Amino acid sequence: MSLITRRSLLIAGAGGLVAGCDGIGNSEAGRDLLFKAEAVHRSLQRAITDRNALARQFTEAEMSPRFRANGSIFPTDPAYRASMRGNFADWRLRVDGLVARPLSLSLADIRALPQRAQITRHDCVEGWSAIGKWHGPKLSTLLDLAGMKDSARFLVFHCADTLYGRPYYESIDLIDAFHPQTILAWAMNNRTLPVEHGAPLRLRVERQLGYKHAKYLMRIEAVASIGAIHGGKGGLWEDIADYEWYAGI
Amino acid sequence: MATEPTVYRHRLPTRLWHWVTAISVIVLLGSGLMILNAHGQLYWGQYGANYDQPWFRVAWVFEGGRVPGWLTIPSTYNLALARRWHLFFALVLAFALLAFTIASLINRHFQRDLRVRMKELGPAHLAAEVKAHAALRFHDPENPRAYNGLQKLSYVAVIFVLLPLAIFTGLAMSPGMNAAWPWLVDVFGGRQSARSIHFIVAMLLALFIVVHLALVILAGAWNEVRSMVTGWWKAPQ
Repeated sequence: MSLITRRSLLIAGAGGLVAGCDGIGNSEAGRDLLFKAEAVHRSLQRAITDRNALARQFTEAEMSPRFRANGSIFPTDPAYRASMRGNFADWRLRVDGLVARPLSLSLADIRALPQRAQITRHDCVEGWSAIGKWHGPKLSTLLDLAGMKDSARFLVFHCADTLYGRPYYESIDLIDAFHPQTILAWAMNNRTLPVEHGAPLRLRVERQLGYKHAKYLMRIEAVASIGAIHGGKGGLWEDIADYEWYAGI
Repeated sequence: MATEPTVYRHRLPTRLWHWVTAISVIVLLGSGLMILNAHGQLYWGQYGANYDQPWFRVAWVFEGGRVPGWLTIPSTYNLALARRWHLFFALVLAFALLAFTIASLINRHFQRDLRVRMKELGPAHLAAEVKAHAALRFHDPENPRAYNGLQKLSYVAVIFVLLPLAIFTGLAMSPGMNAAWPWLVDVFGGRQSARSIHFIVAMLLALFIVVHLALVILAGAWNEVRSMVTGWWKAPQ
């Protein structure tokens, strides 16, 4: 066998492997296997690390000069637009589902709660990072006000924006819901939260990737399972593109 | 041919690890290039996004700013699926390396075959080895089973430097791990620096694969590949 033939065999072999990956990635069994890695990463992370570990906080001098906005940057929903024109005076955040006392809070109510400010790094699943300052009450403060029922396991965040014709939503478990850095931010970089970053209120869940940080919050629902909500995978990106539900990876 | 002495050169843990890692690294390179396509710019420091100054842009290499489909897994743009591939084989790569390290300390493969001696690092010795490689002489006639100095150095660089760096810079990009182990991201000088080092290490591994395959072919592909499958290798006369 000549050198050239051997080399082309090797190249064909490698090319075949890469092409075969498309076949595996499109097959039910292949995806089932590959997708198991998410649970392994989540379990390993939670087994070897402190569940209450805090994300790094930075100083104002370390902030990104300009913070990129991504995903929805201007919701088209008429009710949202009308509310925005009224400076969100009529906007309410509902907290309901498996809670003892459902809440309906105005922005003034939310600003009157004990507040937390944090300068953290935001990591997009695409690979970029930006450091910004976020200001708002801890999610746990609202959850304590509402009184979570014992059967609640997840918090679902319903949003005013849509992507690909579907309402945006996200969900987290109770470990992240009660984490001290999980806040509902109404201010960013010492100013009222801009529309492109999720006005009037967005979630900050600092140990996960950007798509978990739901913007344009309308309603927080405590549920026992995420299986019956929208596509059943716990978030819009999870439903339409199979992004990981656990985005701490 | 039949009279050539055959020696048992590669033990089972070495052979298993070699092929598991070969597949993993190829999948990780392909899926990693697809992940890079989602944001084809690299930065130094803690942060880095569209308004910041990158040190590298995919657009400098490929028109349109995207790595072409024949180099990526999957072959058409799909960040989510590329991440599934990458995060699956990241586990395979890391745990295979851990198991191989333990096995190779116990069976003394590392101590016996990969220990680099001081005399192998001398400039005169290295120059002689480069000359021998150019003349396609890869084996010490006195001890044909042993790895030559350049071979040892490149294997040591891959096993003890590049693969661990790839794993730890990968972990340093995980926001969950960043909170738990903040020192890890500090070691690399920030998350975007870790991402840049991850890419550079990946390119060095790709370079290693090219040189490794070329030398396998030059040294006799059939004999070399067979020895990594069965363990048995024919020593050159």
